[in-house]
Amino acid sequence: MKEASPSKAYALHLGVIVLLFALSFVLPEYHHGLLARIMVLAVFAMGYNLLFGYVGLLSLGHAMFFSAGLYGAGLAVIHLGWSVPAAFAAGLACGALLALVIGLLALRTSGVAFMIVTMMFAQVFYLVILYLAAWTGGDQGLVVPQSARVLVLGDTSLGLTNPTVRYMSALVLFSIVLLVTLGIVRSRYGRVLVAIRENEERTKMLGYDIFSNKLAAVVVSGTICAASGAAYALLFGYVGSTFASVQYSILPLLWVLLGGAATTLGPLIGTLFMYYVVDVTSGYTSAYLLIVGIALILLVLFFPRGILGTIRQRWLGWLP
Amino acid sequence: MTDKNGFFDLSKTGLTRRTALKGLAAGAGLAVAPGFVRYSQAQSSAPIKIGFQSHRTGIGAAYGRWYERTTAAAVKAINEAGGINGRPVEVIIEDDGTDPGRGAEVVGKFATQHKTDIVYGTLFSHVVIGSAPAAGEAKMPYFVVSEGHHVASTKLNRYVFQPGITDVKSQIQAMAPWIAANAGKKVTQIFPDFAFGYDHRDYLPPALKAQGAEVIAQIAIPPTESSFTKYFPQIPAETEVIYHVMVGPAVLTFVKELGEFYGSSRPQLFGFIDSLEATDINSPGLEFLDGSHFWEGSPRYAQPVDSAAQKAYRAAVGIDDNGAAVGDPKDVSTAAHMFGCWETLYVVKKAMEDAGYKGPEDRAKLVEATEALTEFAEGPEHPQGPKTFNGKIHQCFGIQNISKVEGGRLNVVHKTKIEDGLYEPEGDYTTQAL
Repeated sequence: MKEASPSKAYALHLGVIVLLFALSFVLPEYHHGLLARIMVLAVFAMGYNLLFGYVGLLSLGHAMFFSAGLYGAGLAVIHLGWSVPAAFAAGLACGALLALVIGLLALRTSGVAFMIVTMMFAQVFYLVILYLAAWTGGDQGLVVPQSARVLVLGDTSLGLTNPTVRYMSALVLFSIVLLVTLGIVRSRYGRVLVAIRENEERTKMLGYDIFSNKLAAVVVSGTICAASGAAYALLFGYVGSTFASVQYSILPLLWVLLGGAATTLGPLIGTLFMYYVVDVTSGYTSAYLLIVGIALILLVLFFPRGILGTIRQRWLGWLP
Repeated sequence: MTDKNGFFDLSKTGLTRRTALKGLAAGAGLAVAPGFVRYSQAQSSAPIKIGFQSHRTGIGAAYGRWYERTTAAAVKAINEAGGINGRPVEVIIEDDGTDPGRGAEVVGKFATQHKTDIVYGTLFSHVVIGSAPAAGEAKMPYFVVSEGHHVASTKLNRYVFQPGITDVKSQIQAMAPWIAANAGKKVTQIFPDFAFGYDHRDYLPPALKAQGAEVIAQIAIPPTESSFTKYFPQIPAETEVIYHVMVGPAVLTFVKELGEFYGSSRPQLFGFIDSLEATDINSPGLEFLDGSHFWEGSPRYAQPVDSAAQKAYRAAVGIDDNGAAVGDPKDVSTAAHMFGCWETLYVVKKAMEDAGYKGPEDRAKLVEATEALTEFAEGPEHPQGPKTFNGKIHQCFGIQNISKVEGGRLNVVHKTKIEDGLYEPEGDYTTQAL
């Protein structure tokens, strides 16, 4: 991989942010709403990518981090009447704490065992949500009241149900996480993570503490996923156990693989692509998952490193 | 009556013959202008668009298939009778995958891309609850056919209605008098350890207590369970009735293992048909259910007492006397629930006509017109039976059927009254702003 000048990489990412901002003014209503949702879920994928793409740890349990943020924020509003910023912070704290605990336990394993352990923890988390149905709403979930989804900034009240406010909130979150991710992967710490992925033993021999670096990556990854979950609860008004099911652990993996693992913009591309394939094909056939499957096979054949990963490999080696 | 402001006193307007002629000419010119003609036609003959949020895939697919068939039959009947307000009805279907996240997206798609007049048809509770915020934010009337208590709980919003099928709280309450009087006084409940089961866990004991009976044990089965034998020793020996609600594909195993546990000597069995919807009651392993009783919203099997409206409804939807698709006996319907689609669409028709509904700008009027409805008479539009409607909680109340499994079919042995299922409202949607 060629090294790009920092300005080139940051210019590209800022360009994407500006493009998304501009799209807010030209997109038809439906696609405007859909893109807001995609940006929030792309944050989930970016959190996943940090661990999977850059550290090489394949987790099958990231739905628990997303749901920790989802329930952390949602339940704080529903049961405690917290404000939007406080609830969002609660969601982040829940995700970070959970990621720390899970990381301490799961990082004692590696490879397939890590996949299984993370999946089992996620399943436990899912069942706990069902078990605590009196507070979580169980399998049916809970609605976050529309009246509580208001962001108060000084004298200004912004209703998060307003499409423009929602889009811009999603864009702000997406932009922050994108730039933070870019900053991490370009930092010394990011290079250590890649070194761990490429050759863990060698990195260890160079004097790096593998466990603590991995643990930090799990916590950052889990916190980013929780930010996505918290934003989902506050922007779209629903918390439900479906988001803690194994399906939502597989989805970010697919999004990242599609867009390109270990590329900063890949998660957005993958989430966008997958969403629109499902959205368009489901209009024609109920067997749309078959078409999604075929699309995935074609992508693996012709874009083995994902869309952006293959572009980087063949044409734009400087892409971060 | 005098007009103090002179608004209706033409003598004060200075209307001259020249002005009147100009006005007439302008009016005539406007009326024959091509754009006006097109606009008039669009208002008078453009279809009413109904967005159908269907469970085509996912766990609700069997229900979704039959909900679509019932909807198609009802829309055909409505259109053949002149449509709604003289306009044809067009149904646009989107698959929600029985997933609440996708469900919310689908509601958004109906509101902003298809620009439907209403959204309708959702069954699974978690999809309804997940989609309700999107409907409320889009100010989109959302008519569900779910039977969950979520609408009547008034925890959703003013745009969500359930006028075509009763809710589970009402159903459970209506079952209690018959169970206490005919099946037994000591009841053990077996239910899935998630929200649908909790409705039964919470609402049955007080309903039975009011009838002089009691729940002596409650056994919750985890949703991931695939074998049930280990739970059966928890059933107290003095149990007279086992009340079972086993939603999910494991129901066949549950019944088989219950049969193996009890052999030929068992307590009375009373269940909700939900798990066995779209499943042949004569499937291998279900023999143990012979002689047991089930709740049914609408009877699966044709009954000797069926009304002409019920017969016409069954013929229109295309189900035979055994409740299977005409021409395909293995394709068993979801008869206990799908009538709700038919009846909901007729409620929508009635409310739109009452509101003088012309287009999305009249959605608030449609909400108010629906809330103003109070009762639906039994007949071609409501073949399941008469119903009352509480506009404050957006929920209808109706009769329930108790059927006995005998001779390989379900025979209705008791019909409850509407009053059996009534309860005190838990809130009032009409206080919410539109």
